[in-house]
Amino acid sequence: MFVEHWRMTHLPLLGAATLSLLLASCAAPQTGQNQQFSAADTAYQQVNHLTWGANTSAVEHFRQQGAEQYLQNQLHPARCPLAPELQQQIDGMRITTTPLLELVQQMEQQRKEADALGNDEAKKAAQQAYQQELNRLRRESTTRHILRALYSPCQVQEQMTWFWLNHFSVHQGKGNLRAMLGDYEENAIRPHALGKFRELLGAVATHPAMLRYLDNEQNAAGKINENFARELMELHTLGVDGGYSQHDVQELARVLTGAGINSNASNSLQKKELQALYVRRGAFEFSPNRHDFGNKSLLGQPLQGKGLAELNEALDRLAAHPATARFISHKLAVYWLADEPPAALVKRMAEAFQKSQGDIAATLAVLLNAPEFAQASGRKFKDPMRYVVSAVRLAYDQKPILNTGPILNWLERMGEPLYGRVTPDGYPLTANAWDSPGQMSTRFEIAKAIGSGSAGLFKSDGPQPQERAAFPQLANALYFQSMAATLSPATLRALEQASSAQEWNTFLLSSPEMMVR
Amino acid sequence: MHRRHFLSSALAWPLVSGPTRLYAAANSPARLLFVFLRGAYDAASLLVPISSNFYYESRPDIALARPSADLASSLPMTTDWGLHPALRDSLYPLYQRGELAFVPFFGTDDISRSHFETQESIELGQPLVGHKDYSSGFLNRLSTVLTGSAPMAFTNQLPSIFKGPAQVPNTALSTLAKPAIDVRQSDIIASMYSGTRLASVVQEGFVMRQELMRELATEMDAASRQSISAKGFELEARRIGKLMKDSYRLGFVDVGGWDTHVGQGGATGYLANRLNELGQGLAALPQELGRAWKDTVVVVVSEFGRTLRQNGSRGTDHGHGSVLWVMGGSVRGGRVVGEQIAVERTTLFQDRDLPVLNNYRDTLGGLFQRQFGLSQTQLAQVFPGASARDLGLL
Repeated sequence: MFVEHWRMTHLPLLGAATLSLLLASCAAPQTGQNQQFSAADTAYQQVNHLTWGANTSAVEHFRQQGAEQYLQNQLHPARCPLAPELQQQIDGMRITTTPLLELVQQMEQQRKEADALGNDEAKKAAQQAYQQELNRLRRESTTRHILRALYSPCQVQEQMTWFWLNHFSVHQGKGNLRAMLGDYEENAIRPHALGKFRELLGAVATHPAMLRYLDNEQNAAGKINENFARELMELHTLGVDGGYSQHDVQELARVLTGAGINSNASNSLQKKELQALYVRRGAFEFSPNRHDFGNKSLLGQPLQGKGLAELNEALDRLAAHPATARFISHKLAVYWLADEPPAALVKRMAEAFQKSQGDIAATLAVLLNAPEFAQASGRKFKDPMRYVVSAVRLAYDQKPILNTGPILNWLERMGEPLYGRVTPDGYPLTANAWDSPGQMSTRFEIAKAIGSGSAGLFKSDGPQPQERAAFPQLANALYFQSMAATLSPATLRALEQASSAQEWNTFLLSSPEMMVR
Repeated sequence: MHRRHFLSSALAWPLVSGPTRLYAAANSPARLLFVFLRGAYDAASLLVPISSNFYYESRPDIALARPSADLASSLPMTTDWGLHPALRDSLYPLYQRGELAFVPFFGTDDISRSHFETQESIELGQPLVGHKDYSSGFLNRLSTVLTGSAPMAFTNQLPSIFKGPAQVPNTALSTLAKPAIDVRQSDIIASMYSGTRLASVVQEGFVMRQELMRELATEMDAASRQSISAKGFELEARRIGKLMKDSYRLGFVDVGGWDTHVGQGGATGYLANRLNELGQGLAALPQELGRAWKDTVVVVVSEFGRTLRQNGSRGTDHGHGSVLWVMGGSVRGGRVVGEQIAVERTTLFQDRDLPVLNNYRDTLGGLFQRQFGLSQTQLAQVFPGASARDLGLL
């Protein structure tokens, strides 16, 4: 059996404690049954279900805190410390050091200077440099997101951050949106990811990234652009069958007139009598000049024309609508539990959502504490993001990778890059979008890249790349104590046929059990 | 094969579906390759409006000369149109043979002039106003209508045009590496999935990869015998040609690099190089497809055209009307067809762009209807709300 061989050659890499566990578990029979688990197995499976993917330290945290406390901490995270070198990396990013307004101004300046060049060659080069810097800013945002998914102790918050980024999807390709992604994630999404839905909605609806992406910066009295209004109801709150009409779309578009972007240092000039209604928050601007002050009606209720306050009232109405409670609850259940979640559970979640005034943690608590959730382990097919993150977490636990590039490339190859969904509907959350033949083959190739330790995750970027040796630690105590018992006989037989540690890793990461959470 | 024969055999597609599409498709002759030029190529440099003085006034630096003996001048097509000289050796012979036609003033009513938005709205192929289904692209809908259509996106990511209920595989051929998983490993991995719901999917994925490698094995052969092997888009196009000859009937590929705001050049230069590379690739398709070329239609589209006037950097900015290319062994080519208008200042759209007179949904709808014999109901599924116009391209 291959594991014997592996143990012989790699023993020095293991700590003494791990070794004794490893040997003890090897002596125990591996049943390969999915039905019955020891307490340890349950911990592994619960952690696997609650995090981006189980690894040794997460299971340890879970055991230390106990199931109840662990879940409580995850739903109401206080501190989410990263390893100092990772935190340092994030602290040094331009998206961290430069506030949105300043960053947008700097980039605008760079663009204008490039455009003003007279010489064609020089101009082309300067325009390319501008685009490259925008790409680099996007790369900072994606890198930060990946690092937190891999290493943040606040795993439920991180998953919800991804979930809401996807729910309120913006695409990096439009204009200078790449310069706005970092702020969008950091200030509009993450702080509210487990908070009140209404606050999340308000932060998103007034963020320059969303206003640019869905054209609301063009939306003005007499020149209505209803793009954002439509998606706000169809995709963000009520859902396509949420009971709103085309009239509601038009009315909400009127409500949204004047909500836009100002990347200048100075405020836009306003008519004197409207000056008091002007609002400026960083790069967000509500311009009364462009607002339609007429009275409106939305979802069967009148809405008095009064400036930005109308938008707040409209968002209140949308967030409190029963259709929103159902739509959001259903989507949460699809993400966390099953492609077709039990209707009764979704109903209980929707009730909790309404009772708590749209408290996301309270709604999620109903789901994560439900018996349906406890029984659903190993059924939800992972989307590419979850597959890749869970595989790297399992392979390297807390050992910080030096390069997110390979992960970002894999997400590209599998069609789920961060901030890369072209349409505002976000990536699909169900299996049929991600389990095609080409997708599965790609996953196996990624499994091999990670499993053989040659993926480049520990090769730093830059002019003088440094590579740190880092062989994935998959055949560890966690595997023998907990994971092995969850594997089918077919998977165990396959693992036995591995002819090297690399291949053993590849097979484990390729197994059907690794494709589900 | 005569056109009538072609049409009737297109109608006789077998009703096969399921996971064995690689083989099931072998009997259905009609093939469609959709080529998307991302970035809005300057259609007025491809199809030169040689009868328009206004064109020459608007482009003092980058206009292409009227046809003459000069190799830098445009190639003669009709009294109104000339072809970019970069296509002299590649596509011009196809045009002269009658296997290539162009539809100018082609495009969408979407006037956002945003690459990203217009590409998206074209790929979805849905009406511009009202509810949009973002998960439904028109080639996917076409694939659904044509049972056994063996669709394939020759791209890394599944493009929006192919999104939808029909399962469409995708593999980029520009960067094709030998599969990292060898046959022994594939068998062992597949064994883990036997009896699970993904068993056939995993199996098919491995078969697809191996099939691709087998199909392309001759490429290495050829490369070792020829002094210069194909590179870039030509290599990709040859691979596509091989695969569409044997395994796939509905293909998609995109080619980028057309956003020429600065120094786009004229008879030579950046744009000419891009057109040359594209032309070499497209001209390789009939060679690779062989007899199947008679059953093949290749269409080339882009999201929009560019401004008719050159800008201050001897480039062009985002515009509106573009040109559709239609190639194939049974295409009634050698013509410039569709609704047309003189290129004058007064006929410009918003005083800057070539107008759209041939809507993409109506034009492609008419073409697909002709090629695949679609019923009105099927057509309405592919392009809901469009009024198909048959321009007699087949």
